[in-house]
Amino acid sequence: MALAVDIASWACLVAGALLCFAGGVGMIRFPDVYARSHAAGVIDTGGALFILLGLALQAGFTLVTVKLGLIGLLLFFTSPTATHALVKGALAGGLNPLCHQLTADETAALADKASP
Amino acid sequence: MMFAAAMAGVLAAMALTLVRALLGPTVFDRVLALNTFGTVTVLAIAVLGFLMGRPQFLDIALLYALINFVGTIAILKYLQYGDLGASGDSGKSPDAGEGGR
Amino acid sequence: MRLVGLYLALFVFWLLMSGHYEALILGFGIVSCAAAVYIARRKDIVDHETLSWYLKPKLPFYWLWLLGQILKANFDVAKRCVLPGSRIDPCVFLAPADQETSVGVVTYANSITLTPGTVSMQTWDHEIRVHALTRDGARDILGDEMGARICRVEGEQ
Repeated sequence: MALAVDIASWACLVAGALLCFAGGVGMIRFPDVYARSHAAGVIDTGGALFILLGLALQAGFTLVTVKLGLIGLLLFFTSPTATHALVKGALAGGLNPLCHQLTADETAALADKASP
Repeated sequence: MMFAAAMAGVLAAMALTLVRALLGPTVFDRVLALNTFGTVTVLAIAVLGFLMGRPQFLDIALLYALINFVGTIAILKYLQYGDLGASGDSGKSPDAGEGGR
Repeated sequence: MRLVGLYLALFVFWLLMSGHYEALILGFGIVSCAAAVYIARRKDIVDHETLSWYLKPKLPFYWLWLLGQILKANFDVAKRCVLPGSRIDPCVFLAPADQETSVGVVTYANSITLTPGTVSMQTWDHEIRVHALTRDGARDILGDEMGARICRVEGEQ
């Protein structure tokens, strides 16, 4: 039983570390702020979730797990707000995204393809 | 051992975001990198607590997560309005409001 | 009534955070929670709209579904970050937001941002400008499954 928990916690911690690393690489590779905010999103959600889960599995049913859960909850509420504020600020600061602006027709075409 | 592996990944992410904060062509790149660096720091403090067998570090991590959020919002508000005391109503777009308070 | 709820929530939070149960420390906790509730009343930030939103029974199921979506999107975006030769094709579009209350729209916008691969850029009453990393991400949002689920959560009294 203890071995199974250890293996699960190993898997979570390694997955979290890899996701954090991937997000960091994305921060370097992606071309503009808006694309980089997606890489930051990987660290904020996936990396944080897996690392906190791995730590919680190690801690077991204690106050430590409650605190880890609170950290996770806090990150999941604040990180989208901060990212949204940042992207909105960048847009208001006159930074144009390096990408294609979909027209109304293209949007409708994508929506049609999505709904069965 | 497993905490050391997690720590290695977290430290690598910290180094990469720091590089972006130094390179970042625009100020928003730097703020984004700083915000992400803060998130990774929270994770690093949490892992460090387990690595050193001192779970009290989690309190610091929780506090750091709060301060990181407030700091990011403060920098962005200063960038946009040039004044930390400005009332939020002076924004240009009719915004439906944001999640946090 | 709402203030009593706030007080209880704060006190439980305080207990979980401190982990000390001696009389003196507990007394400090009781006094500091009372001070926090008094300040919240003075500042009139005890919210009327948000609380009823968090009491909806379907909300935890929505969160579980969202967690699954987040995990899927995470691995996709992480692959695109790391693998050499992987393409990104960012695009910006306006997505409709059919939620009735502003809390619903905010939940929708935050869910979009929380899913890696899509970020909400601006929000209006019934529209959200979204930046997507790939066309597939854009299609997922425009398919409106997430929005419909939030509408269903919102539809409960």
